[in-house]
Amino acid sequence: MEFLKSVDTEWYKQRLTGAMLLLVMAFIILFARLFYLQLIKGREFRRLSENNSIRLQIIDAPRGQLFDRNGKLLVDNRPSFDLSIILYDAKPIEEVIRKLSAYTGMPESELMSKIKKEKCSPYQPILLQRNIGRNALAAVEVHKLDLPGVMVEVKPKRYYPKKKRAAHLIGYLGEISPGELKSEKYPGCKRGDFIGKFGIERVLDRFLRGENGGRQVEVNVSGQVVRILNTVDAKQGQNVYLTIDSKLQKKTEKLLKGKTGAAVAMDPETGHILALASSPSFDPRSFVGGISNEKWYDLVSNPYRPMENKAIQGQYPPASTYKIVTAIAGLEEGVIDETTQFFCPGYFEYGGHTFRCWHASGHGHVNVVKAIEVSCDVFFYNVGRRLGVDKLAWYARACGLGSPTKITLEGEENGLIPTAAWKKQRTGIPWQGGETISIAIGQGYDLVTPLQMLRLTSGIANGGTLYRPLVFSEIKTADGKLVKKGETEIVGKIPASSKTLELVRRGMWEVVNGANGTARGSRLYGIDMCGKTGTAQIVGRKEDERGYKKKLAPHFTPHAWFIAYAPSDTPRIAVSVIVEHGEHGSSAAAPVAREMIQAYLSDEKAGSDVVVLENKVVESAR
Amino acid sequence: MFDKRYLQDFDWGFLGLVLLLCFIGLVTIYSTVTASALAPGKTLYYRQVIWFCAGLFLMLAVLFINYRSLEQGAFVIYGICIVLLVWVYFYGKYAGGSRRWLQMGALTLQPSELVKIGLIISLARYYSKLGSARGVTLKELIVPLVLITIPFLLIVKQPDLGTAMILVLIAGSMTVFVKIERRTLIYAVASCVVTVPLVWFFLKEYQKQRILTFINPDRDPLGAGYHIIQSKIAIGSGMITGKGFLKGTQNKLSFLPEQHTDFIFSVLAEEWGFLGSGVLIVCFLVLIAWALNIAYGCRDTFGTILSVGITAMIFWQATINMGMVMGLMPVVGVPLPFISYGGSSIITMMIGVGILLNISMRKNI
Repeated sequence: MEFLKSVDTEWYKQRLTGAMLLLVMAFIILFARLFYLQLIKGREFRRLSENNSIRLQIIDAPRGQLFDRNGKLLVDNRPSFDLSIILYDAKPIEEVIRKLSAYTGMPESELMSKIKKEKCSPYQPILLQRNIGRNALAAVEVHKLDLPGVMVEVKPKRYYPKKKRAAHLIGYLGEISPGELKSEKYPGCKRGDFIGKFGIERVLDRFLRGENGGRQVEVNVSGQVVRILNTVDAKQGQNVYLTIDSKLQKKTEKLLKGKTGAAVAMDPETGHILALASSPSFDPRSFVGGISNEKWYDLVSNPYRPMENKAIQGQYPPASTYKIVTAIAGLEEGVIDETTQFFCPGYFEYGGHTFRCWHASGHGHVNVVKAIEVSCDVFFYNVGRRLGVDKLAWYARACGLGSPTKITLEGEENGLIPTAAWKKQRTGIPWQGGETISIAIGQGYDLVTPLQMLRLTSGIANGGTLYRPLVFSEIKTADGKLVKKGETEIVGKIPASSKTLELVRRGMWEVVNGANGTARGSRLYGIDMCGKTGTAQIVGRKEDERGYKKKLAPHFTPHAWFIAYAPSDTPRIAVSVIVEHGEHGSSAAAPVAREMIQAYLSDEKAGSDVVVLENKVVESAR
Repeated sequence: MFDKRYLQDFDWGFLGLVLLLCFIGLVTIYSTVTASALAPGKTLYYRQVIWFCAGLFLMLAVLFINYRSLEQGAFVIYGICIVLLVWVYFYGKYAGGSRRWLQMGALTLQPSELVKIGLIISLARYYSKLGSARGVTLKELIVPLVLITIPFLLIVKQPDLGTAMILVLIAGSMTVFVKIERRTLIYAVASCVVTVPLVWFFLKEYQKQRILTFINPDRDPLGAGYHIIQSKIAIGSGMITGKGFLKGTQNKLSFLPEQHTDFIFSVLAEEWGFLGSGVLIVCFLVLIAWALNIAYGCRDTFGTILSVGITAMIFWQATINMGMVMGLMPVVGVPLPFISYGGSSIITMMIGVGILLNISMRKNI
């Protein structure tokens, strides 16, 4: 065994003696401190410990407010009075509860069961009733001395000055779940806290939430505060400025009333969402203070799915609105050009099947602009057949269909743009040529969300740019400091030359303004609108049914689509509307879009925005 | 093969002291976990008993490996610890605001505890190879700096400021013990003076707040500051003889945070008073002095530095924990050695004890 030179170990021994000295000194300090705490100050600490007198009271932070693009308040807070009890102070408990019940009228058994259910430290307040009324509040305050341990806590609660406005976008709050409590997303939250559960309230929760404050207090035997030792103020959550226009939103919701569907509007130049409505809606006010089980059951069991945000979660066949994509693909791939005409006899034969045009007597010779105007199926059957499914799918995806738009909301659906490979993998059956024919007019497997169609419409209006839909423009602290800006973000480009886009735009203009346009009935005087109708069939209609013009059961009537933008030369607003089982795009959806556009643009003209509008004209005239 | 001197030189007294501390720990944990309906319950107590047995077993296992062979394996041990820490970084279990644990069936392991041993062994190896009375030079300090920085950053990231700080203190103590060249010391201090404000400048606001609160708990009257007040009330109200076993009111009403881990000393002091907590402090003093004596008796550099490292680990954790709960020091999450609840903590400590006993019984061989 090898030993090191004894000099070294001797030398270390000296250093160890030094270490020993430091050790003893450190422990003398600890010992002295213990002596001080237990023997000198012991009596005082014993007194404080006897009533557990030093306590912590939490001051809840108000959540941030929500505003619309013009600074109109959409969501605010209001104080609510919550009744709680501290078991440690409420002695004897039966008597306190009996008195409380007598003063407030709340049933004794209900109060007792709430206390029994709660498993927490006896000095922590147990919530008996949220948002007690004025009478109960007065009664408790008057008999305060008679009710040891009973306290009224003032807590900020959500308040909706505009009632149900923009419910799907704003969302609602709910009590934090045990799973959420454990996750990393909610640091500092405790049981019973309310957090955003849906919509903006959920996705921007960390900005809106704020920071709770608190008070260190000394209390007497009956739990009353003797003095406040320390206070940390609550920090209000940050305010969010949404991109929506409250007025347009109101109008949109009114237009959708009684219908099932969605309507979304966007500023095509920035991607700002101007309105987002889904119908039927729900009332966020019923979530304040916790929703009752019956109400919740009603909402989730409603066949019209009020809790679904159909603008981003509803997936529908794009139907004839998809012809825009087929037209772009055909023009870009050189399958057709401006002058290419196909003859429409009212039907199209392919592979032994007969595919009908919606206009049974046929459109005759049509070119691409005309085909869009009259929504000729046969023209697009021809284009689709020449393109094939995969080329068509490539264009559809490049136009932003079949994938989420990445809007700042949760639960967005993908939609579906099929390819031959997709079908083979999914069903094991190879793609059939006839399926391409259906796909070309947006039927078959194709599924899109109203928001995807809106972004495409905006792209066509603005010259091909696809923006990420933006729902908030700014997040600011309560005292006005900017925290986060909602930046306009380009996420893609429609793969089309300006000439192609021009042709599509012309077609869309004719849809509304042309002599045979499918939405001619919805044209606006003074506002140049462009659009495209769509009628999404849910079940293939049999010929005899059609021949008899038999009214279908509402469950099987097709969905009505309309996408539009206006004004045609300097687009300020793009709109996408779907009305479930609305029958025809022209009759059910187009009027909604038309009214929205009219409301938004006339409002702008009437307001102080005129100058801005003129600037815009000059700008785009370059 | 078996040498009689192993038994002759075996440090029964030291082992006895450790077992006494562990016993005190288990008794106090029993009180904290059964104090009220809200307390975590007896399962935790049984779990700790199992951990203690596992620790005892590992301690015995360590005795059979000649500590000198640890010198060769130093960097392998260190490497394994780092791999575990990286593992935590990616797949660790998240609980209570940080990611520190590896889930292994029903048990959780905290690699940041084990890394202390890995760091001590590898530093002991490095410094023992230098072996000169002039002290460590700046260039020689690079390797230790790297050895400490890797686990330090990984642990700060979890975040676990307390454990990260203990690592630095252990490494610092070992470095000072082997002596730093005066010039190097001046450089080191000077560079600290320069870099600290620089780093401060780059920290985010919430990080600054966390550090300020760490230094001065009164800044956070709703969190750390409140805990310290309650802890002081608990300790002080124990007075001379305490309130009696299982009778601590602060303990019973869950007024203390982390009462079975970081604040366990407060519970002990409340229930056993000055007599009980005084005995505990004396036990720790004797234990650490004894450990230094083992270093004193060791006749090779590696063994000496190794035992100093382990002694430093026990010393810093004991003094910082007790200092913290008595309101003398920043509020850091440092468990009290042998006493606090926590499997990884007790296992690390028992391995440390095993190494010390190992060095002690081989001092004449």
